[in-house]
Amino acid sequence: MTDESSLNLFQQQDLNRRRTFGLLCGFVLFLGWLGFGGDYIYALSTAHAPPAEQHHVWWFGMVMLAVGVVLAGYAYRTGPDKVLWATGAVEVLDPVDEQQKQLVNVVEEMAIAAGVPRPRIWIVPDSDPNAFATGTDPTRAHVAVTQGLLDMCNRDELQAVIGHELGHVKNLDVRLMTTLAALVGAVVLMRDGTSRLFLSGGSGSSGSGGGSRKKGDLGPLVVVLLVLWMLSWILAPIITQVLALAVSRKREYLADAMSAQFTRNPLALASALQKIEAAGMPTSRIKGGTAHMCIADPLGRRLTTHEGFVADILATHPPMAKRVAILRGMGYAQLKKAGGAAS
Amino acid sequence: MPSWILLILIVAVALWVVAAYNGLVSLKNQTANAFKQIDVQLKRRHDLVPNLVNAVRGAMEFEKGTLEAVIQARNQAVKVNTGGPDAVKQISQAENALSAALSRLMVVVEQYPQLKATGNIGQLQEELTSTENKVAFARQLYNDTATLYNTKQQQFPTSLVAGLAHAEPATLWEIVDSAERAVPQVDLSMKPKS
Repeated sequence: MTDESSLNLFQQQDLNRRRTFGLLCGFVLFLGWLGFGGDYIYALSTAHAPPAEQHHVWWFGMVMLAVGVVLAGYAYRTGPDKVLWATGAVEVLDPVDEQQKQLVNVVEEMAIAAGVPRPRIWIVPDSDPNAFATGTDPTRAHVAVTQGLLDMCNRDELQAVIGHELGHVKNLDVRLMTTLAALVGAVVLMRDGTSRLFLSGGSGSSGSGGGSRKKGDLGPLVVVLLVLWMLSWILAPIITQVLALAVSRKREYLADAMSAQFTRNPLALASALQKIEAAGMPTSRIKGGTAHMCIADPLGRRLTTHEGFVADILATHPPMAKRVAILRGMGYAQLKKAGGAAS
Repeated sequence: MPSWILLILIVAVALWVVAAYNGLVSLKNQTANAFKQIDVQLKRRHDLVPNLVNAVRGAMEFEKGTLEAVIQARNQAVKVNTGGPDAVKQISQAENALSAALSRLMVVVEQYPQLKATGNIGQLQEELTSTENKVAFARQLYNDTATLYNTKQQQFPTSLVAGLAHAEPATLWEIVDSAERAVPQVDLSMKPKS
């Protein structure tokens, strides 16, 4: 895992393809566990009941599996649209002023440098500087920046930020990140829906169950399974969140390096990151579900100011100071080299 | 038993040859494509230059030499024959001269705030900056891809397949510092060509 950044571009892309596939499979299997686990517990608990009342057809698991497949496919297909919609981004089709014209130019330049087709460009009407990229592959990619970023950064800094985002596009980080965001959204939605179902359904079953059998019939295995099963319903959103964070932190360093490779100007990204960090206010348009896609943590959490156990578990982004220091290092190495060549 | 091992070995080597061959062909095409991208950006630049010159011509009677140098360098660059063995070298020389002339023009424009104040120039300046960047980035992508291709075909095991894949070292797009520093020649006798 530690030498992830030493892989070449094709290996990076492969890694992201495999991870996205693994993520989708994991999601379907998880829903299968939720479904069939419920069936199994129900079947065990009705094992001593008369045959007519036994749980023979495991329809709950099948339904959940089908729902999982449909949801996974839906999340993968519509992920980019959902993410853009959630942030309220507006597409720049026809640049209306010089600021937008410059943005379009800068994106075109960086697309050339990265050797990818020009992505579609969006502006998020928010005064906090931030940016993200989404899409399933480089030919159908989107880059979004906030109005605050346009106002705050000069041309070089904007270029560096766009370079960072196109780095994510080129090595297919966007596919993984977008799918993850869409699945996180789906899981959260499901939890909200099912918690209501549990509350109403729970009281009904306890009433009917009390009449037909005693509590003692449930073996310890059933109880353990039941607890595990309930826990996975509750923990699902948290697990997907932590997954999103763990995946995204490592990719930020790599995208920073790719930006430096495209612009040959790592100091511009360092100064852009410092400006973004100094602004420090939360990007109100960008909510938790898409936080891991941004260039800097949009939630204004102070976790990114230092390293440590809590930050390692919960932060979506590596410490800003470390990113800036690495970029500075690249910049000085470059200056030294240029100075040596000129003399 | 040994025949089995031999067979596995042959299959393994054959698979490797196919993979190395395909890798080289893919890089070759990427290099060619990157070169085409430079061409696209150069065309854009050639189209932009006359507009730029027309926009500043009225206000810059006093800087005629700089303007003429730009026009001349542009026409030179358009004329360069894109065929032939050292096409890359010829094109890059002509385009470097144009880059130098344009950057000198931009320095001159910077010196006249009243010129910048006319809105048109500001837009053109952004357009020109962007075009210059696009040329530079296309060139950078070409050089990076070509270097990767050249390294791959020269490195040991892959070099054995290089002949089979008709891989030949790609010429890099030279950025000659001396050309950028040199004072562009001003030829006032040149006929304006539209």
